[in-house]
Amino acid sequence: MALPAKKQTRKGKNPMSETQKIIEIEVLRYLPESDQAPHSEVYKVPFTDDMSVLQGAQYIKDHFDGSLTFRWSCRMAICGSCGMMINGIPKLSCETFIRDYYPNRISIEALANFPIEKDLVVDLSGFIEKLESIQPYIIPKEPRTLAQGEYIQTPAQFAEYIQFTSCINCTLCYAACPQVGLNPDFIGPAAMALLHRYNMDSRDGGQAQRMELVASEEGVYNCSAVGYCSEVCPKHVDPGNAVNVNKINAAKDYFLRFLSPKGGSK
Amino acid sequence: MKTRKRSNAPIFWGLFGAGGMIAALVGPMLVFITGIAVPLGILLPADTMSYPKMLAFAQNFIGKGFIFVVISLFLWHAAHRIFHSLHEIGIHAGFGAKLLCYGVAFAATVISAVVLLGLGF
Amino acid sequence: MDGWWKKNPFYVEYMVHEGTALFVAAYAITLLVGLVRLGQGEAAWNGWLAAMQNPLSVVCHLAILVAIAYHAFTWFKLFPLTMPPIVVNGKRVEPGVVVGSGWTAAVVVGLALLGLVWRIAA
Repeated sequence: MALPAKKQTRKGKNPMSETQKIIEIEVLRYLPESDQAPHSEVYKVPFTDDMSVLQGAQYIKDHFDGSLTFRWSCRMAICGSCGMMINGIPKLSCETFIRDYYPNRISIEALANFPIEKDLVVDLSGFIEKLESIQPYIIPKEPRTLAQGEYIQTPAQFAEYIQFTSCINCTLCYAACPQVGLNPDFIGPAAMALLHRYNMDSRDGGQAQRMELVASEEGVYNCSAVGYCSEVCPKHVDPGNAVNVNKINAAKDYFLRFLSPKGGSK
Repeated sequence: MKTRKRSNAPIFWGLFGAGGMIAALVGPMLVFITGIAVPLGILLPADTMSYPKMLAFAQNFIGKGFIFVVISLFLWHAAHRIFHSLHEIGIHAGFGAKLLCYGVAFAATVISAVVLLGLGF
Repeated sequence: MDGWWKKNPFYVEYMVHEGTALFVAAYAITLLVGLVRLGQGEAAWNGWLAAMQNPLSVVCHLAILVAIAYHAFTWFKLFPLTMPPIVVNGKRVEPGVVVGSGWTAAVVVGLALLGLVWRIAA
C-alpha cells in the first residue's frame, strides 16, 4: 500500500513555502472632515488562517491607510468594542475569521442603526443615555443599614437574573433590531436586558419605578418579536426575551394599575 | 425628569396574543374542516355543516362562544400584525391605517355578536 | 431602512411569518360571511356552503391551511423568545421541550376538534 504524498506542513506558518492568500476587504469609509458621504474602498489584504477580520482592519491601517478608524481593545470578545457589519451581519470583528469568507470579498461597515462618526466608529451617545435611563443599580426594597449585613441570595434567585448580567454593551443587538432602525427612540434590547437584570434581582425593589419607561411609547411595545437581537448576541444574553417578558409585565401594569392602593406606576 | 407617555399598546397586544394562540391551536384543523374536508366530503359526513346542524351549533351557548371567539380574535390578531407589517415595509400610513385595520376587527366583532345573538338560543 | 427585510434570510422569514396574518384575516372574513349567511336563513347558508365547494375556494383554503399551519409552527417556535422561563420542580424547562410541547398541544387540540366535530356530525 502506497502512502499518500506528504502535504505541505505547518500551513500558514511558513508563507514562503505556499502562495500567500489574499482576501479583498471592502470598507465603507467616511472621513467627516473631507467626505460628503460614505464611500467604499477595496483593499487586498494578505492573510493567514488564524486572522480575524479585526486583524484585517488593523493590516489595512498599518499598511494601506493609516486614517482608517475603528474601535477595538481586548481582541477576545469581552470588551464589546469591535462590533461592525460584516457582509451585512452585525458581528464582533475579533471573533470573525477571514478564512470563513475566503475566497469571497468581505464587506465591512459601521454598525447599522447608529449615526456614523467616522469610518467604522458610530455615535453611541444615544445608547449610553438609554442605559442610564433604566436606573441600572439596585433600588432597595426598603432602607437597609450596614449593620443588617449582606443580602442573602440563593442559587435559584441568582439563576433568575445571571444570564442578563453577561451583556458587554457591544450594541450588535441594536444593529440587528429593525424596530430600532424604524424608531431610534425605542429603548432597545440591551437596555431592556439591563433593566430586566435589576428587576429580576431579589435584592432589588425598583420594578414600579422602572415600569414607566417599560410601558411608555419608547418602551417594549416597539418590539415585534423579530428575535434577531438574541440571535446575534455574542454573549447569549437573550435580550429579546428580556424585552418580550416585560410586555407581559407592562400589560399587567396597564390593566391592574387601578386596583393597587398605591396605583402601581403612573 | 422626562415625563413619558404611557402606551395603549397592551390592549391591542393582548388581543393579538389571544388571537394568535387560538389561531395556532384550532386554526389549521378548522380550515381543513370547513374549507377542505366538508366541501370535498372527506373524513366527515357530507351533512356535517348542514343548516339544521349549524343553526343548532350557533344557538348553543358554547357554539356561540366558539364562533364569536374565533372570528373576532383571529381578526384582532391579524389587524395588529398587518398594521405593524405595513409600518415595517415603509408604509407609514399612520392613524388612517390603524383605523382601517383595527376597524375591520371591531366591525367583525360587532357583526358576529349581533348575528349570533339574533340567532337566539 | 428601505427594503431592510430583504437583506437577510432571518428578516425574510420574519416577514413571511408576519404575512400569515393576511391568510388568518381572509379565513376569519370567510367565516364571518358564512355566519351572516347563516343568519339570513337556509337558502343563504346553502349558498355559502356551495361557494365552499367551488374548486377555487378549495385551492384558496389549501393555501390558507399552509399559511395558518406555518403560523402555528412559528408561534410556538418563538416561545423561548416570548415567554418567561418555565420552572418545573426547581429546574428550568429546556427551550426545545417548551416548543415541542406547544406543537404537541396544537396537534392534540386539532385532533380533538376533528373528533368532536365527527361525533357531533354523526
